[in-house]
Amino acid sequence: MSVEVSARSYWIGYQTILIKEITRILRIWAQTLIPPVITMSLYFVIFGAIIGRRVGEMGGMPYMDFIVPGLIMLSVITNSYGNITSSFFGAKFGKHVEELLVSPLPPWIILAGYVSGAVFRALAVGILVWLVAAVFSGFHMHNFLVTISILLMTAIVFALAGFINAIYARKFDDISIIPTFVLQPLTYLGGVFFSVSLLPGVAQQIALVNPIVYMVNAFRYGLLGVTDVSLWLAYAIILGFGAVLFFVCLTLLSRGVGLRS
Amino acid sequence: MPPQDYTKNMPSVMNALEVCQLHKTYNNGVEALKGIDLTVTEGDFFALLGPNGAGKSTLIGIVSSLVNASSGETRVFDISVQKQRSQAMAQIGLVPQEVNFNQFEKPFDIVVNQAGYYGVPRRIARERAEYYLGKLGLWDKAFRMSRTLSGGMKRRLLIARAMVHEPRLLILDEPTAGVDIEIRRSMWKFIEEINAAGTTVILTTHYLEEAENLCRNIAIIDQGRIVENTSVKELLGKLDIETFVLDLRAPVSQVPVIDGIEVILRDATTLEASIPKSKSLNRLFSRLEAEGIEVVSMRNKANRLEELFVRMVHLDEETAA
Repeated sequence: MSVEVSARSYWIGYQTILIKEITRILRIWAQTLIPPVITMSLYFVIFGAIIGRRVGEMGGMPYMDFIVPGLIMLSVITNSYGNITSSFFGAKFGKHVEELLVSPLPPWIILAGYVSGAVFRALAVGILVWLVAAVFSGFHMHNFLVTISILLMTAIVFALAGFINAIYARKFDDISIIPTFVLQPLTYLGGVFFSVSLLPGVAQQIALVNPIVYMVNAFRYGLLGVTDVSLWLAYAIILGFGAVLFFVCLTLLSRGVGLRS
Repeated sequence: MPPQDYTKNMPSVMNALEVCQLHKTYNNGVEALKGIDLTVTEGDFFALLGPNGAGKSTLIGIVSSLVNASSGETRVFDISVQKQRSQAMAQIGLVPQEVNFNQFEKPFDIVVNQAGYYGVPRRIARERAEYYLGKLGLWDKAFRMSRTLSGGMKRRLLIARAMVHEPRLLILDEPTAGVDIEIRRSMWKFIEEINAAGTTVILTTHYLEEAENLCRNIAIIDQGRIVENTSVKELLGKLDIETFVLDLRAPVSQVPVIDGIEVILRDATTLEASIPKSKSLNRLFSRLEAEGIEVVSMRNKANRLEELFVRMVHLDEETAA
């Protein structure tokens, strides 16, 4: 027997994908880590420091403090999604995904490796944005467990969503359609810059259909102790989305949709 | 480290590959495989030949799990590719037809990562990467960006990558396409060593003299069907007429007539003689000598296997029509 297939061999396979992903992210750090930090710094300067002074308070706190959790979450969502779509679609486009497809690795290990890579980038960017935010508004931490769990779960959910996008994408344009036309509007309308309680009745009901509202608010609770939504409902929604997306990803990968002919 | 000799201490030779009633119809309706049955024994050096679009790459794709079969079964060392994919894939090393590694990575990383996907610990993976890249003459390029490698180097990198987990079955899909003769020879020397150490090798190639020189057994696939599956020796035995090209010392104007041997004049100093296996070459030379025609050199008109291949594929087309 040349290679024994075992839990240990799967673990080595998972580590290999993760190390490869982290190496890629760090190698092109000027594309992966720095741009979101610069963008978010501009948000802090323009919306927080300049416009924020005129806005005054939001949710019972200075506007600058209010937008920090949302902007961290915004960078986590976009980077988690963007990392997995570009990396997995790139592997598909360049055909080197075949290195994984002919290997003994089961679909769930391949998925776990790519999702972990996306979570690494999302957390790295999130922490960098957090450090920038600290310059403007100082460090806040209301509940560490809620903060870190929501951050991780959100990164995982959007990595899974990005993975589905990458599986179905046939050209590079296909990996920018969802972020531009779905993800960005949902994120901007997801309570990053405002409290949903400010919206009039019907608009508020519509806003509450947006799952990102729950993620942003739960994370805001973790950092600042304020939220527009129920924390438990937020956990249930994030877990529910995560479970459904995980199942869809695994099914697509097992059937070889977009990968095996 | 040299590859392990898997044939040692083995009670009996088992099948490295068993393909049973394999069908594949693509979504666009193209029926690439129409019920293929094939067996490759362990330790064999097996050639899979066929014209473009015959179904070779589809068959290899199904064996390596890159293509889903429509029906039928594939077993690698008695492990079902369809039912126990992971275990089956651990036995296989694949050298694909197209370069499919990330060209923005270094050869060393490509090989080490591939070993990782097969569960080879990183330390061992590094040692093996050094060994196989060295054996294939790529060690001095191991830390360059792989896109800077030449075509022949990229092909050798594909072989090193396929060998790093030391598979029991190595499948090479036209590995020497576009590779110059010197590198091709060095690649075959390496593959022969691997085979001699016990690794079963399945090869598809368009260079039929490669198959004739290297392989022990052969299958010819055409229009999704196996049209021949036998040993190279037996197959060549079926060649009842061989054509030789004779270069003459001086020009001749008339073609000698020899009973049972067809001789044609290609140009003033070149004859072409088609001789049935039942006839002796001596007859040809005696007659030429009697006519005062001096032969300075002689060669086969075409590769013998190539003649058979063309004949079989042609016959299959006629049958299908």
